[in-house]
Amino acid sequence: MPGQEEYAKGWIECFHAYQGLGPADTHWPIDRFRKYSEELMMHDLFEVGHVDVAIFQPTNLRQWYINGFNTTEADGAIAEKHPGKFLVNTYFDPREGDAGMKAFEERVKRYDCKGVKLYTAEWRGDSRGWSLKDPEAAKYLEKCEELGVKNIHVHKGPTIWPLDKDAFDVSDIDYVATNFQGLNFIVEHVGLPRIEDFCFMATQERNVYAGLAVVVGGLMHARPKFFAKVMGELMFWLGEDKLIFGADYAIWEPRWQVEGFVDWQLPKDEELSDFAPLTVTQKKKILGLNAARLYDIEVPADLRVDEAPAVEPVGVPGP
Amino acid sequence: MTAVECAGASAGRTATVTSAVWSALGTVRDPELDEPLTDLGFVSRADVSPAGRAVVRLRLPTYFCAPNFAFLMVADAYDAVSAVAGVTETDVALDDHFAAAAINRGVAARAGFVASFEGEAVDELDGLRTDFVRKAVLAGTDRVCRALLANGVERERLTELSLGDAPEGTDRERLRARRRELGLPSGDGDPLLVDPVTGAAVRPEQLSRHLGLARLTRTSQEANSGVCRGMLHSRYPHIDKQEGTG
Repeated sequence: MPGQEEYAKGWIECFHAYQGLGPADTHWPIDRFRKYSEELMMHDLFEVGHVDVAIFQPTNLRQWYINGFNTTEADGAIAEKHPGKFLVNTYFDPREGDAGMKAFEERVKRYDCKGVKLYTAEWRGDSRGWSLKDPEAAKYLEKCEELGVKNIHVHKGPTIWPLDKDAFDVSDIDYVATNFQGLNFIVEHVGLPRIEDFCFMATQERNVYAGLAVVVGGLMHARPKFFAKVMGELMFWLGEDKLIFGADYAIWEPRWQVEGFVDWQLPKDEELSDFAPLTVTQKKKILGLNAARLYDIEVPADLRVDEAPAVEPVGVPGP
Repeated sequence: MTAVECAGASAGRTATVTSAVWSALGTVRDPELDEPLTDLGFVSRADVSPAGRAVVRLRLPTYFCAPNFAFLMVADAYDAVSAVAGVTETDVALDDHFAAAAINRGVAARAGFVASFEGEAVDELDGLRTDFVRKAVLAGTDRVCRALLANGVERERLTELSLGDAPEGTDRERLRARRRELGLPSGDGDPLLVDPVTGAAVRPEQLSRHLGLARLTRTSQEANSGVCRGMLHSRYPHIDKQEGTG
């Protein structure tokens, strides 16, 4: 977008640097990172990446990119070419008002969306972001409940107004998770860099989930010891049913992340002594079964795990 | 004194002041990571002209690092450098950042955060800074408690111990300094475990939660430090150890 070129360029270069946190043989030259082909993506995800069904998360950024960065429409076009391979999530932005609400409903129906990806820090005109606590956001969340868009992925990101508050503050998730019990709130990259605030909040809300995008890609290879601690903390505070793998393609390819996580184990280390090793069942849930549950994806019988039936407490007041 | 000797003395003086400027920058912390800018590699240049003009350039791991923390670091660096004896003029600026112009202009004009980001901020950054010093207290609590447990102290006894019971060393003194900064009890005889907001001693029934939160906060702080260092090196691959990058 004219006048926004530096931001648009800075955005891509910032995430190209994130790619540097993966194994060296998975790094891409910047030219490929700027523009990769549909064929390459299909290869990286489905031919070598162990992906059965992928969920598209849009990143609009129309403020910086004339045609948007990665829109629902562009994702939807690819999904329609490859039936059964993709689920398409969309977005809403409460600053778009009534016209935005109408367009949101059309997108949900057109692409059968079961989820949204929200960037509360997205720039729009002079605005540097919005809050889930805004009354306008509540109208959209009510619409999500009505349309069956039950999975609300929230990207915590910098530069939300006002700038003097911590940009990664999670109190807005706490607020809406309490008010919208019928929706699932998946906090992407587990609220990093505020995992402590996130974990503490998530223990108090039964419908808050941890999205592991960035956690696996950014930490498992580059900072293995911290990765172990973060996984330990997430299992400690949230548990195996609340963690959702995300690859964050094309920042990182799924192949090394999936293979690495399958092979990964909590190291024997005094500092990790509060945590238990991960079981195969727990890894299956984290890598796919939890997402399948949230998105009603049919899981072949031989890939399911045996679950003890949940016993609801009797005579105990609800949360 | 000959001209050559004079030039030599002057160069010596300049080197001393430059070294003092680096030391001053070593007292400035990333408020979020609780580590000195010089250890993090955030100082790309710090030199002083013979006339005493200090030029300092800062860099951060990404173009979109939070502008509030960036502002605090640039402002704190300005304050630290301008207080060095022998510095007659201070030029501190942040490079390669989306809000660099607003931050550099605001800091140079001593304008404060609200004025530097007109319409985008409602308060100065004291509250933000305090929140993160509290996190530093929690993270530091985990460090000293782990050392005590490794020495054979029983976990249940931690609420009975005093700060002075923690092993001597940098971790204890760093924790003490952060507690003092917040006005929390920080003497050797004060409780080892205190609430980072109220300063009240942690009671036995609060121990598990307090230690869990301390451990989690430290994990977060150190993980963020690791990510920031990794991204800084990806962004500036030529950084070498000579620059004091730790």
